Amino acid sequence: MTEQANPVPNPMRTEDSAAFWCAADREALAYGHCAACDRAFFYPRSICPLCGAPDTELRDAGGGGTLYSFSTLRTVADPFVLAYVTLDEGPTVLTNIVDDDPASLRIGERVRLTFGRAEDGSRVPMFRMAKPSEDDHAA
Amino acid sequence: MSTFVVGAFEHPVRHAPDISTSQLHAEVAAGALRDAGLSFADVDAYYTAGAPGLGPINMVEYMGLTPRIVDSTETGGSAYMLHVGHAMRAIATGQCRVALITLAGRPRSAGMRTVTDRFDGPEEDFERPYRAQVLNLYAMVAARHMYEHGTTSEQLAWIKVAASHHAQHNPNAFLKKVVTVEDVVSSPLVSDPLHRLDCCVVTDGGGALVLACEEVARSLSRPLVRVMGAGEAVGYSRGGYADITTTGALRSGAAAFAEAGVTPADIKMACIYDSFTISVLVALEDLGFCEKGGGGRFVADGNLISGVGRMPFNTDGGGLCNNHPYNRGGMTKLIEAVRQLRGEAHPAVQVPNCDLALAHGTGGWLGARHVSGTVIMGAA
Repeated sequence: MTEQANPVPNPMRTEDSAAFWCAADREALAYGHCAACDRAFFYPRSICPLCGAPDTELRDAGGGGTLYSFSTLRTVADPFVLAYVTLDEGPTVLTNIVDDDPASLRIGERVRLTFGRAEDGSRVPMFRMAKPSEDDHAA
Repeated sequence: MSTFVVGAFEHPVRHAPDISTSQLHAEVAAGALRDAGLSFADVDAYYTAGAPGLGPINMVEYMGLTPRIVDSTETGGSAYMLHVGHAMRAIATGQCRVALITLAGRPRSAGMRTVTDRFDGPEEDFERPYRAQVLNLYAMVAARHMYEHGTTSEQLAWIKVAASHHAQHNPNAFLKKVVTVEDVVSSPLVSDPLHRLDCCVVTDGGGALVLACEEVARSLSRPLVRVMGAGEAVGYSRGGYADITTTGALRSGAAAFAEAGVTPADIKMACIYDSFTISVLVALEDLGFCEKGGGGRFVADGNLISGVGRMPFNTDGGGLCNNHPYNRGGMTKLIEAVRQLRGEAHPAVQVPNCDLALAHGTGGWLGARHVSGTVIMGAA
């Protein structure tokens, strides 16, 4: 699904993001969770942006979410869909929607985690529209 | 102690391949000081953002200033609103008497269509593989606003239409042609749901303001424009729980109105940074000119056109038609508001009895992290 004319940039795997990309390598989307206020947040970081506590850890998302907003960028060789997806765990994440006809996308609909590939082959968490059988949203 | 805008200057150039950015800064500074009736030697505070060199240092040297205060607060297109607020407080406390604020840049000559560079913020590596840029982030705000409130492309188009009605009277405007709603919605989709004509222009140029204490202002011969209130606020994702259709304007506007002691109903005209049509729509809502979600109806049918509607905006043509130097729209909004308060706007767009105006900017990335700055000024 990676398109040569408009490639997915490689993760830089910085001090802040290395653990997130290690999770992606095993096909998981990691988010931040705070032990002090028991809330999920994104992007992951060393202190909780909701309460300020330093007791944060990474957790794997279940893979379900809802399309919050999206836009097809058409000024590039291969148009692609930038999106915000609200994870079932709570936070909204910036992502891409793949494997779908953008014309069929609707805000508010269910999406499922999938993985695209960066130029260097790294797995990159992305989303696709959920199939009816996958619509197991229990939140 | 009150603070007054005593000088304002917008560079007429829109494409400057042969003028350095430093020279543009100096030319707009000289223009604003000339407008005020002051000189470089009178300046004792200097404010800029994104200038060549390290913060304010290099331009201070270039222009030969001797400031007691320098401030290079950098928030992108809203930085100049923040500078006005900071200068107002510095003047009010007697730290300085004459503050110069400059903006210049040459994205058109550099071939920089939009600011696609990202900065090395801590979020960078969680976002860059998804290829967010200015255009598709702002487009997601428009898409969500349409989903939540039923806003239409035609309503957004009215913002561009109003700007074009004003630009036809501005001889320096980059785009002077009056456009229709149909022109906007039939222009190519660039990032759904935004069309090409929902986007601002890319131009070279610059602008400058001179602020002064009351004693200096009253010694000069220009009409008095008082800075009445200023507010700044950072909008961001709040750990992933933000409503992207609500901006920092909610708080920057409230702070500015509270300080000025006026309400949105008192404002005679507004200059709002129009990077895209949607930027104006959400700002109008968050500043309190209409209810949240009502922006589409508010801007429709010419309500933003001077002489036609009840909230004239960007009477110079704004960033959508006139000028967008350095891909930053804050400075030119302040300058046009000053023209209106002095009664020096083009007669075709001059708002009658314009005694209270608002200038508002959004810097950074609407839909993600941004800084909103609001300034309220009055004819003294």
